[in-house]
Amino acid sequence: MADEKKKATKERNGNGFWRRAGRTMLIPLLAVVVGLLLGGVMVAISDPVVLRGLSPNPWLVVPSGEVDPSSQIDLQTALKFHKNELQIGDYLAFKRGNSYIYREVVKEITDRETQIDFERAKNRAPNLEAGNVAIVLTFSDRPFFVFEAAGRAVWQAYRALFIGSIGDPQRIAEGWRAAVQDGNWLAFREAMRPITESLVTSIPYIFAGLAVALGFQAGLFNIGAEGQIAIGAALSTYLGYSLTGLPAVLHLPIALIGGMVGGAFWGIIPGYLKAKTGAHEVINTIMMNYVAFRLMSWLLRGPMQRPGAGKPVSPFVLESAYLPTFFGPPLRLHAGLIVAILAVIFVWWLLYKTTIGFELRTVGANPNAAKYSGMSVARNIVIAMGISGALAGLAGANEVLGLNHFLAEGFSPGYGFDSIALALLGKSHPLGVVLAALLFGTLRSGATSMQSLAQVPIDIITTIQALVIVFIAAPEIIRWLFRLKATGEEEKTVITRGWGS
Amino acid sequence: MPDIPVLELRGITKQFPGVLANDNVNLTLMPGEIHALLGENGAGKTTLMNILYGLYKPTKGEIFIRGKHAEIHGPTDAISQGIGMVHQHFMLVPVLTVTENVMLGQETVKSGVFLDKRTVARQIREISAQHGLDVDPDAYIKDLPVGVQQRVEIIKVLYRNADILILDEPTAVLTPQEVEDLFEILQSLVDKGISIIFITHKLKEVLAVADRITVLRRGKTVATVTPAESTEQSLAELMVGRAVELTVQKGEAVPQEPVLSVRDLVVKDDRENVTVDGVSFTLRAGEVLGIAGVQGNGQTELVEALTGMRQVYTGSIRLLGKEVANATPRTVTEMGVGHVPEDRQRDGLVLSYPIKDNMVLNTYYRPPFAHWVVMDEEKIIEAAEKRVKEYDVRTPSIYATAGTLSGGNQQKVIVAREFSRPNKLLVASQPTRGLDVGSIEYIHRRIIEQRDSGTAILLVSTELDEIRALSDRIAVMFEGKIVAVVNAADISKEQLGLLMAGAMPKDMPPSAVVAQ
Repeated sequence: MADEKKKATKERNGNGFWRRAGRTMLIPLLAVVVGLLLGGVMVAISDPVVLRGLSPNPWLVVPSGEVDPSSQIDLQTALKFHKNELQIGDYLAFKRGNSYIYREVVKEITDRETQIDFERAKNRAPNLEAGNVAIVLTFSDRPFFVFEAAGRAVWQAYRALFIGSIGDPQRIAEGWRAAVQDGNWLAFREAMRPITESLVTSIPYIFAGLAVALGFQAGLFNIGAEGQIAIGAALSTYLGYSLTGLPAVLHLPIALIGGMVGGAFWGIIPGYLKAKTGAHEVINTIMMNYVAFRLMSWLLRGPMQRPGAGKPVSPFVLESAYLPTFFGPPLRLHAGLIVAILAVIFVWWLLYKTTIGFELRTVGANPNAAKYSGMSVARNIVIAMGISGALAGLAGANEVLGLNHFLAEGFSPGYGFDSIALALLGKSHPLGVVLAALLFGTLRSGATSMQSLAQVPIDIITTIQALVIVFIAAPEIIRWLFRLKATGEEEKTVITRGWGS
Repeated sequence: MPDIPVLELRGITKQFPGVLANDNVNLTLMPGEIHALLGENGAGKTTLMNILYGLYKPTKGEIFIRGKHAEIHGPTDAISQGIGMVHQHFMLVPVLTVTENVMLGQETVKSGVFLDKRTVARQIREISAQHGLDVDPDAYIKDLPVGVQQRVEIIKVLYRNADILILDEPTAVLTPQEVEDLFEILQSLVDKGISIIFITHKLKEVLAVADRITVLRRGKTVATVTPAESTEQSLAELMVGRAVELTVQKGEAVPQEPVLSVRDLVVKDDRENVTVDGVSFTLRAGEVLGIAGVQGNGQTELVEALTGMRQVYTGSIRLLGKEVANATPRTVTEMGVGHVPEDRQRDGLVLSYPIKDNMVLNTYYRPPFAHWVVMDEEKIIEAAEKRVKEYDVRTPSIYATAGTLSGGNQQKVIVAREFSRPNKLLVASQPTRGLDVGSIEYIHRRIIEQRDSGTAILLVSTELDEIRALSDRIAVMFEGKIVAVVNAADISKEQLGLLMAGAMPKDMPPSAVVAQ
């Protein structure tokens, strides 16, 4: 009997969970890969060198007659005629006969004169000799250089993204060595900053993603996460600065719960409207967003304005309501991560292990069957919107209590809207949401360094995210690209029922 | 009979991942023949026809049309080869007229842009007259009865010059009278040289209309026989692969105390039309009351009102002495009512859920399946395993989603769920619609078992045979009213047919209670 039970469990796990998880994750994973590839293409074609290479007359040409082949390598001679046209990113190459033996990208132009380090060039290309002709290459001369430049641009962009979001492995290693040797952790902490920043950005994504995913599971399209975040943050901020004299063990939970209550309240309104009157939640949550934004503006200019501040900002939250940070500065990683993990576990348990979740999912999957089974569709809509709003509100509270410690307009750079895409990417499953949130957080926080280090505009990241979502929403494209067969079982992402229902 | 078959399928094999849907199937269609393709659900009939229509590519095998090897890559090829298909679910646009629907996809135009409806309408009239298909080209589809809509589908196929006509379960949606009409039309088509493949699982119809019968079982051709050498019994055995009880063995009913008593019930449909119009009846424990009637005469709304799924306008429903008009479905369920819903995929199952969850769809919230709000997975699995075994649901595991099951097995999941509770009243609406002989036999036996254990059974069905086989008493519904209640033993099939059509037959048995 016990054996049988074990066998049944094994069958369930072996047969069901992992295989299903693998199958479910395959398409999102491939979508991310294709998104990054296409992003690379965009980085490449927006690179100045590549653009120059692709333009009709891109490169400076030094006619061979203008250089004395018997003379020393003399860049100055070669460039004498064109030095005013030379630009950063141009290729210099040295030619012997028909083959190029050394090439370099012009990286710096000083006083319109460019030096080339002959010794270094000799080291890299041992057969480089005095008398080789230095020329500046054209695209038609060697299209390969364009591809190389493209490859270099993509590599630099993604390297910068990696360093900016995960960290520079070299610096991490050095910091670790320093820490072990001298007990000075500062360098190590500095080196770990990027990855912790990625986590910090992922936290609100996890909350907001859970909020939207739970809505999807119940067949509701909660576009109002952004407004619920705002209201949650506002209430949390208020409780954070107005309640004085409380110990942190009380104050912090109260402020967090305040965030949940605020978000839940903002979610329940459209939920109730839908349940009672059939008003579509998509419209009402959008409208509730605007109300929330204006309400916050008014609060910050009126009752919640920081005394003496000329700007629309709230007073600082008391330290007793801070989400504590794990490490000293400069790392900002705070206990919101733990709250987020607890929220993930809770939502997973709620959805898959309780009658409440069973009802929510049934209402989402087949409202007729839910009604037939004696579930109240209306009540479940209100419950789902309430929980969804509470989770979104937590995202707002988390930003205030963990990072900013005060409320200002625009404190959320669209977490609530991004989380719609994120929930789709995570297939509306709590664990999928975590993975998608980590991805989004990493991309977001690496994007800044990508812009500063590799001059790649931040918008590329937004575009990559958008592409990933397109591929998730239209898995046929991915299946076609990778010649995947559709699995027999339908794995449609049921987003929401039609407008009429 | 001419020698060259108009259509020949040789050694058709279709392998789906994990399923051999067709295994070396052979089928020969002679010109001017009605060839029935008979088989249980899941036997591979539809797969075979989809291969013929170019929707699937066979793994192995060849198709010959008029003696020539044919490659069919899609419906367009099939149509150009003269193959036309009438699907079980009609492909018509309800808000367009007959003419518009017929020309859809093959529009005849004049001066380049204007639809030439007049010419098409004339052609439709010609086709109608030629084959005895009585259809008004200017009528809107939404105003036409189902039987006429089916004729429009046939006209659509003929308009495209098809001479091989495939009909997929054509009688599933028709009234007995409409079935008769359809058979006449088929006969007239065959007389004009058209060949017909008739897909069905109804034995009586096959014997009535087919020239030859090919039986499929689990993807294989079991036999090709003629009606003359077959009986219902022999065909059923070929289909199922074992001896089948076609008639339900049941003893005399022992009606006891009244369980359900309905008085002057009025119910409106979604469009606020009165569809149940003053219905009254009483149902006792241990008897089967059959509600007979053509689809759409208020049965659906009646059942929904009884089970709490629809608001009652006026009137009373007393269940075990308690008023339950406008009670919630849960209240009704908890009072001991099992409900096999009419539309199993819409109401009865969550197709994306595994079988185990569907097995507890309306008992998930109470012990032993849940304590407080926490569901007991082990208990649910245990119960599901037991019920799957007990009710013979054919599935690889209880974790397979309901959507992957065949119709018969989906229905068995619902029956297992509803019958395994201790019921006082069982409402079974179209319990065997679209099911194969084996499943029908099984579900009928279970219903009678429930009756004999003292449950009151309300059976709603549009199948006259089913009503007659199971019911102890029969109530006939017509336009929202119960026009007569009779003892099942006292009334003939013809009399029932007349009552269902709204006519009052002569010689009604003395036991009949006829509405005024």
